[in-house]
Order: sequence, then structure tokens, then C-alpha cells
Amino acid sequence: AKLPSIALLSYAELVPEPLGLILVISSWNFPMGLSLEPLIGAIAAGNAVVIKPSELAPASSSLLANALPNYLDTQAIKVIEGGPAVGQQLLHHKWDKIFFTGSTKVGRIIMSEAAKNLTPVTLELGGKCPAILDSLSWSWEKEVVAINRIIGAKYGSCAGQACISIDYLFVEKPFSSTVVELMKAMIKKMYGDNPRESHSISRIINKHHFLRLKDLLIDQKVKDCIVYGGSMDEDSLFIEPTILVDPPLESAMMTEEIFGPLLPIITLDKIEDSIDFINSRPKPLALYAFTKNEVLKERLVSETSSGSVVFNDAIIQFAADTLPFGGIGESGIGKYHGKFSFDTFTHYKAVARRSLLTDFWYRFPPWNNYKLELLENTYNYDYFGLLLVILGLKRSRKTFHVN
Amino acid sequence: ENKAIFDAESAKEVVKELRDSFVTGKTKSYRWRVTQLKAMLKMLDENEPQIVAALRDDLSKPEFESSLYEIQMLKNSCRLALKEMNHWMMPEKAKTSLTTFPSSAEIVSEPLGVVLVISAWNYPFLLSLDPVVGAISAGNAIVLKPSEMAPASSSLLAKLLADYLDSSCIKVVEGAVPETSALLEQKWDKILYTGNGRVARIVMAAAAKHLTPVVLELGGKSPVIVDSDINLKVATRRIIAGKWGCNNGQACISPDYIITTKDYATKLVDSFKCALERFYGKDPLESKDLSRIVNSNHFDRLSKLMDEEKVSSKIVHGGQRNEKYLQIAPTIFLDVPVNSLIMKEEIFGPLLPIITVDKVEQSFDLIHSSGGKPLAAYLFTNNKKLKRKFVETVSAGGLVVNDTAVHLAIHSLPFGGVGESGMGSYHGKFSFDAFSHKKAVLYRGFAGDAFLRYPPYTPGKLTLLQALLSGSIVGIIRALLGWFWA
Repeated sequence: AKLPSIALLSYAELVPEPLGLILVISSWNFPMGLSLEPLIGAIAAGNAVVIKPSELAPASSSLLANALPNYLDTQAIKVIEGGPAVGQQLLHHKWDKIFFTGSTKVGRIIMSEAAKNLTPVTLELGGKCPAILDSLSWSWEKEVVAINRIIGAKYGSCAGQACISIDYLFVEKPFSSTVVELMKAMIKKMYGDNPRESHSISRIINKHHFLRLKDLLIDQKVKDCIVYGGSMDEDSLFIEPTILVDPPLESAMMTEEIFGPLLPIITLDKIEDSIDFINSRPKPLALYAFTKNEVLKERLVSETSSGSVVFNDAIIQFAADTLPFGGIGESGIGKYHGKFSFDTFTHYKAVARRSLLTDFWYRFPPWNNYKLELLENTYNYDYFGLLLVILGLKRSRKTFHVN
Repeated sequence: ENKAIFDAESAKEVVKELRDSFVTGKTKSYRWRVTQLKAMLKMLDENEPQIVAALRDDLSKPEFESSLYEIQMLKNSCRLALKEMNHWMMPEKAKTSLTTFPSSAEIVSEPLGVVLVISAWNYPFLLSLDPVVGAISAGNAIVLKPSEMAPASSSLLAKLLADYLDSSCIKVVEGAVPETSALLEQKWDKILYTGNGRVARIVMAAAAKHLTPVVLELGGKSPVIVDSDINLKVATRRIIAGKWGCNNGQACISPDYIITTKDYATKLVDSFKCALERFYGKDPLESKDLSRIVNSNHFDRLSKLMDEEKVSSKIVHGGQRNEKYLQIAPTIFLDVPVNSLIMKEEIFGPLLPIITVDKVEQSFDLIHSSGGKPLAAYLFTNNKKLKRKFVETVSAGGLVVNDTAVHLAIHSLPFGGVGESGMGSYHGKFSFDAFSHKKAVLYRGFAGDAFLRYPPYTPGKLTLLQALLSGSIVGIIRALLGWFWA
């Protein structure tokens, strides 16, 4: 760390040290990645770690529990399997940090428990990540690319069950029917005529979430907005890539995080109206915008707030490890990836060294105005002022009456 | 005059007003931040006598300490922010790799929004306004809740901030537990709390309901290890400056207790006696250079520590008290039992126990076994190996070798705790960062769309994508060759 010159024979540095014992609680949608990526950061920073993978992905959880002990140091890294009961028990203990990936609701519980021990937390939560599709009518190719990326980000990310999946899409009214037609064509291209038979789309994780998604479409007013897809098969937990246009804004579809392969398109008169819409809702984990309009880009960056902003693509920010990955407000606290992972599991200890040789005699009592003058000038690195004081040429302090 | 009750409704209104102000973008502008900081400088310049008087009322704080630690340090923070803010506010470019090619990336600092600063009674101006400086420099709207245990300072702060700063964006709410609870029920974008661990847990639990990130600046027992082969006079002076020279030991980074070798202890005690008399005179209760104890609660608490049976017999210097004026003289204890009250909780007062060990290296074990990680730890030595071991093994918010407390003044060092002594940090640019959201922004072009990303998924696509992600040129070439020959 830089020191001003008068500090003379002093030295300051930041020493990274491990926090100690870390608890990583991961989610079911990317069970390997979300367990191991934080683990890598915690190891790099020198900590001991307990991972509690999600019980909703049991095969992955037991693979982790069985494989990790064969490769890693079991005295310092353990996997503990189980559901909410196990999670609760783990939370009763004192950790040096808790790293949680999951829902906002559980995030609050984790932080409340952590507060009892003053344990710092990193919470990677979710929210409704909006995407803005500006009219790119100057280039057909670009439109196709944008649509492909949007479809990939929605249906290709674990069938929409990803925290950074595109939740809903903004399109300007005159453009919306073209967009829908393009999407239908691209979905067919990627998933064929019978998406259930293609091996390219995930299933819904379990019955509970399947029914939750089914419920989103129960309302007739919402069902009427479906323009593509909509078929569901409870036995195979399959939901077809589905597009809706302008479902009612108060519906659950538009107020809760969808986390599934249903894509509502909200049409606007002007694409800029999306800014107010986004700002009236909780801050999302990611904001996506497909546009060439530099003014719009700047407005989006400066007038909205989100964990991250990505222009002309989606999801891919996850792979950019020079960028911090995390949320803000209800989408999370803290960040990781790349060096940010190391930092998140590290305590940067401030270390200052002084020599026993130099000393400012005027630092010590009994105090008087003269000493104070000298010390103020020293403190402000005002060498010239210091000289003046010593020579008796500077006397700017008013003397106060001390009773 | 009947003071209106500040309840949850009032708190809600305050937050709403600030949020409405924030949404207009006013606090985000560079100009607003500059005017506020300049106004604060003016406020400190023009009101130094009043601030010194308020601190004298609340703490009998010597003018020297008030001027230096509460006013001068604050002015320096303002000046640093004014000088560097432009630079801090600039987006930081981030390198991009082959994985996202073609792309450009940056990290943009933006204000969190409406923040709450709750400060402590021992340095009421510094601990209130230093975080406020950080919050302003980062472009936030702010509520400051000063400590009710320093009432003169609290009401002076309320008056001055209303007079000098933009009260549509920066407000002071005075009060005690009911008012603080009302504030804590609201949704803030960040809370910075300075105080003790018990209340910190309450603050964090309240923050958890709204997923509000927090910075908690707490305390602990900051140990001082004193080796034998040192310039004893200088070391003694510096320990005194950090202990009794900082609000008479009522500071979070004050040396709490000393560990030294059995052989050296008497020399150390004698050195203290000498220096203490030189600094504070034969009767320290008459000296104008020592703060008093803040209130009778804390006076009683400290008396209890002094009067514990196995401790009171260990006094080797001082012990004088005056209950009427809430004064306790610098008091040193030698060899108190490790399980005594005075060694269990943070002293936060002018009592200094000295624990002795056979060899100075044993002091590290003592520190580790004494419970939570402290806010600061100090070592006086000329032994390079000992210095290295100290830095490597002692965990605390901050460490200082051969001095005490000075790391506070170094703006390039983050000031904060770890474990029980706190979370998060501030000072200098760290203050700006504490009140900012670092937003990741990735710009991609439309060129080079990897059709490999899209279904139908095939093994060939996977191999090529894996090679691309790994960034290895050789891997990519091999995958491409495999692709073409498949």
C-alpha cells in the first residue's frame, strides 16, 4: 500500500489470509458447477470447506459425496448431503463464511442465521432477468443472431431453470409478430418438430416445480396469451418451449421468477419504456439488451441497476472470469468468479510497520497548541507548513478557553 | 416543547423521501458530491470550537484529541475524496478472453441507493461523518443515526448537517433504541454500523429481512506483544498514545492488554510509570489531557473489572477514581489471572493488564486461545523472525508492528475487522467501494456467432466448444481438425 513520504521508515501492506471454515450450500440446477466453483475459490484462498449440495439433485449430490473424498483432502474438505433439516443443523454452527446459491426466500433465512454468529455471507440469488430486444431492422442477420442467443439463453440454460436465464423479453409493438415468427422458426430448427424427443432440452427438476410452472398457466387470461408451445407432460416432467405475448402484469408469471421454459414477451410503444418498467421492480441478477443504439446502451447502464449488464448476448457473462458475478438488492450480496472468488474467501489483513527510530515528539502529552499545529501540518503532509511552524512564522490556530 | 415520536411510520416517510430524491439522479451527479464534500469541509472549518465544546461536554475529550482525531482526520477524508473521486468513479476496464470473443468488458461503480449509518459514542464526529463522506463520494442518499450516549455531539451533528448539507438527500435522525429499531425495520441499500457485537447481531438480523448488505465495525481485545530487545522508551510512549491518548482507552483499536516475558515485565512497568507521570503529571485526575469515562454505566462496569478480587491485588500503578466526575486514572495490572473478567471482555477504558509468559513466542498461543479475532493486534520488536511469525499467524482486522493505532490514518489500508471484530471495511477508496455496487458490463458484437452453442447438441460441437472455452490454441486446432475429418 502506498504511503506518503513523511511516514518515513513506515511500511504498509495488505496480507491475504484464509477466513477459516467455509460452508458452501449449492443449488440443484447446476449442481456440479455451483458446488465446485465456490469450492475452487475457497481452496485457492486456503480455507477448509463443507459443501452441502442440493438434495433435489440426488444423483449429483451423491456423486459429489462419493467422488470428492477420492481426490481431495478429506480432513479439510467434506461433503454433507441432506435436505433442509441438515441445512438447519449446519447453520447452527459457527462458520467463518457462508456461500449460498439459491432462492431469495432461503437467502433471507441463511443471512438471519448467519447474523447470530456475525458470519459474513455471499448470497447468489435470483430474480426476473429481463431482456430487451431492440429493432435491428437494418440487418436480418443480426436479428437472427439475437433471436438465437435469446432462445439459447432461455431454453438452452437448463430449460430456463437458471438464475441468469432470460426471464422475460421486451419488444416494440410493431416488431413483435416478426419476432414471434422468427422464434418459432429457430426453435423448430434447434429442437426439431418434437422437442420432447430431441435430446437437447432439460426436464423440470421435480413434480413440485412442474406443478408450480403449470400453475403459472392456469389463469385463462394467461393461457390466452400463449402463441407457441404450452404442452406439458407430467410423467416425463417435460414442458415444451413456450412463448406468450403480453400476459397480465399482475399475474404470477410476471411477478415471480419463472425458472422454466416459458417466455413472456412484453410489448412496448417505445423500447425506452423498458427502463421505467425495470426500475419499478426488484434489481435483477442480470440485464440483457440486444441493440445497436449507443444512447440506449448508455441509458441502460446508468439508469438501471442489476448484478450485471450484457449487451447483445446472454448467459455468457458467467464465463467471463474477469467480471464479478453476483447480484444486488434482492438478487444477492457479494460476488465471485476468477479472482473475485479468491477475494470472497479471503480476509485482507492491513499490516503497518513502523521503525522505532523516528518519532514525532509532539505526538505525546502534555498537549498544547504548538504541538497541535506541528501535528496537523505533519498529518497533512504539509512540509512547508511544518517548517513555518517550527520557525515560529505560522500561528493560525485560535486558542480556545479550556475551563 | 413536545418532541414528535419517531416511529416506524416516520422512518418509512424518511426513507421514502430519500428514495424519491435518489431516483431523480441528484446524488449521482459528480457536482452534487463535490458540493456536499466541500460544504462538509466548510462546516468543519467554521465550527471547530463548537465541535470541541460538544466533545468536552460528552466525554471531557481533550481539545488536542478532538482537533486531531475528530476534525483533522475528517477533513483529510473529505480532501482525499475530493481529489480522487473523479478517478474512483471511472469504470474499470476488464480483460476479456477468447471465450467471449469478440467482446469488451468493464466494471461500473454505481451508488447503492439509500444507506443508513449508525455510529458510536466514543468518536461521535469521526465515526458518523467518515462513513458519510464515503457514502456521499459514492453518490448515495444517507440517514445518519448518531449515538444517543453522546448527546451534545448528536444534536450538534443534527444541526450542522441540516445547515450545511443537502437535507433532501442527507438526514440525521437522533434517538435511542426505539428510533433505531424503527429505522432498522425499513429497507436500506446498505447499513454501516459501528459499535459492539451484541447490537451488531441485531442490526444484521434486521438487515437479513431485506437482504441488505452490511459493514459492521466492531471491537475486541487488541493485544500488544512486547519483546525485550527494543527501544523501551519509544515503545512505551507509543503504547500510551494508543491507549490513554485515544479517548482514555475508549477506542475500538486501543491496546487492550499487554503480553510480555516474565523477565521484562518489571522494566516495562517502570517505563510506563515514568512516562505516565511525564505525560499526565503526578495526579492524572487533574490532567486536562485525559478523557473521562462516558457515563456512569461504563464507570460502574470498569470499576467492577478493577475491583474483582483476584485482580484488585494486581494493581501496580494508578487505580485512582472519581465517581462524581466519572474519572479513572491510567491503571496498570500485572499478572492478572487469564480467566478474570478483565481478561474476558473488551475493556474499553483506562485499565491495562499485563500478562507474562516465559518466552515471547508463547504470546501467539495466548492470543489464539483468547477467543474472537480482535480488530487490531500490535507487536513491539526488532526481531525479524518474530515480526514474520506475527504477521503470518495472528489474525485480526489490522496489525501494526512497533506502534499502535496509526494504521487508522493510512488511507491506503482498509479499516475493518474479521470474525467477531466485524465484517467489511472502509477508509480512503475502501469507503467509496463500501457504498458502491460494482456492476459488471459485457459488450458483445454480433459477429462470430458460435452455432456450436445451439441445439441439436452433438459430440463434435461439444469437443470444439470445450476447446474454445479452455482457450488453448492447440486444443482448438485439434478440435477443428477432428471436426473436419469426422
